[in-house]
Amino acid sequence: MPSINDILILLPEAYLVVAACVLLLLDAYLKPAQKGIVHWLSIVVLLVGAYLVVDGQPATSVTAFSGMFVRDGVSEVLKLFSLLIMAVIFVYARPYLKERAIPFGEFYTLSIFATVGIMFLVAAGNLVTVYLGLELLTLSSYALVALNRDSQLSSEAAIKYFVLGALASGMLLYGMSMVYGATHSLDLHTIHAAIVGTEWKTLLLFGLVFMIVGIGFKLGAAPFHMWIPDVYQGSPTAVTVFIGSAQKLAAFGMAYRLLSTGMGDIAGGAAGLAPQWQMMLAVLAVLSLAIGNLVAIVQSNLKRLLAYSTISHMGYLLVGLVNAGPEGYSASMFYAVSYALTSAAAFGMILVLSRSGFECEEIDDLRGLNQRSPWFAFLMLLVMFSLAGVPPLFGFFGKLLVLKAAIDAGMLWLAIVGAVFAIIGLYYYLRVVKVMYFDTPVEGKDVHARADAPARWVLSINALALLVLGFTWAPLLAWCQRAFAG
Amino acid sequence: MITLSHYIVLGAILFCIAVAGLFINRKNVIVLLMAIELMLLAVNTNFVAFSRFFGDVGGQVFVFFILTVAAAESAIGLAILVLLFRNRSTINVAEIDSMKG
Repeated sequence: MPSINDILILLPEAYLVVAACVLLLLDAYLKPAQKGIVHWLSIVVLLVGAYLVVDGQPATSVTAFSGMFVRDGVSEVLKLFSLLIMAVIFVYARPYLKERAIPFGEFYTLSIFATVGIMFLVAAGNLVTVYLGLELLTLSSYALVALNRDSQLSSEAAIKYFVLGALASGMLLYGMSMVYGATHSLDLHTIHAAIVGTEWKTLLLFGLVFMIVGIGFKLGAAPFHMWIPDVYQGSPTAVTVFIGSAQKLAAFGMAYRLLSTGMGDIAGGAAGLAPQWQMMLAVLAVLSLAIGNLVAIVQSNLKRLLAYSTISHMGYLLVGLVNAGPEGYSASMFYAVSYALTSAAAFGMILVLSRSGFECEEIDDLRGLNQRSPWFAFLMLLVMFSLAGVPPLFGFFGKLLVLKAAIDAGMLWLAIVGAVFAIIGLYYYLRVVKVMYFDTPVEGKDVHARADAPARWVLSINALALLVLGFTWAPLLAWCQRAFAG
Repeated sequence: MITLSHYIVLGAILFCIAVAGLFINRKNVIVLLMAIELMLLAVNTNFVAFSRFFGDVGGQVFVFFILTVAAAESAIGLAILVLLFRNRSTINVAEIDSMKG
């Protein structure tokens, strides 16, 4: 029987679900002129949720509802950063939504439900919880992508996202059914324990392959990246920033739970299937690094460029996971957090520079930005350098740690591939910087930062944080390492 | 005598038909939705078969969740389809190609 203790462990999620329902009702009763209240209230809701995550954090890992739901250090870090990043996204999104008459209430409630999905996904202890968290996240995302109802691109992106996302969920589920058949359990720890003695080794391997395909789709790792560029380009930018940042934390959490907790890692003594999934992830990582970085070079649309850059960044995230030990996981989680913060700032810049009737989407739109808004050109420079991994910015230390984790796992070749593609990637990030600083602006396309003051302030803080965290990254890394130590 | 492997093979065949339906079909988005449903049913067949043969009820509970989520998923899929048809007056898969690169 579930006790009151189980509910208390689930308090942040339960609170967010109730709050989202209240916001939805409130939005239905407010007059159009008062809709701004929903905006501020939903930011408060997320911040209170973040407080509940940190405040009620138990000293050791605890589970609720007979192991369905885990509350440990890993879920704490991932939940906290997804909630904070969602709050930042809400601030960026407000002027964008307002100018394009995209419905406020739906955006905020769907985003909060998607965040609850992320929180269940990263805290799953059972295949059922993984599936339900994932579906809550993706179903909300499909609706969010289609939110700009009169845009052709938006509906096209939504249908592509829907079909490929459903295919990925189907693959993942098929893999889960085979793992269930081989181990007779849905609980991730029981599955791990049953791997050694199972007589259905082939079935189990088949299941693992299908699950990795599903994970690859959700991460957006090549060769399962087809949906990323179209969805990034077609969806409203306020939604792209969510798909590009907070969702990556969720995908990392899912990969960690399914592969490490479920399929075994090298630290746990019984090796499980770690050698098999290490090799599969290494292949995905190399393909993602190559395709992401090479195809990004020829892009002229900024959102598509960032989409291909996402694919390459997921490659680096996988390079860390290939280590299959606490060191690799913490490096990978550090990388996921640093990437999510950086990409929130990158898409936030597009949101702040866009205005009604003009999307700052093409790289050429940024021409001569330095002459018009030197401060925002400087912030964009920080973001691009952090994405490229130029020291001393935040992104550099993430790359350093995942490459080091690969070397420690005895995969020097993978680290060399990663370093080579980091240099190739530098080219297209620097091209954006060159356009901003050395090209003359096009007549009639005068890009200014026109968004309201809160969005500009938060964007400045977000981009400067990349510089500050580049110097003070040690506490965050220590926190990530502590999460995997227990 | 019908054994467990018969059910696994049936599930695999259904799954292959669904994947083929997704990739070969170039005409109609509604067929894609049907293929997705078929894929989930293949998974359900697997789960129920394993659950029945091992006497573990967990798999059947999972099937209930999958059925519920599949219903929600097709509702959203059809809603997006309506949106697409309103904006572009076509649901032909081959014509949904305005983004490239």
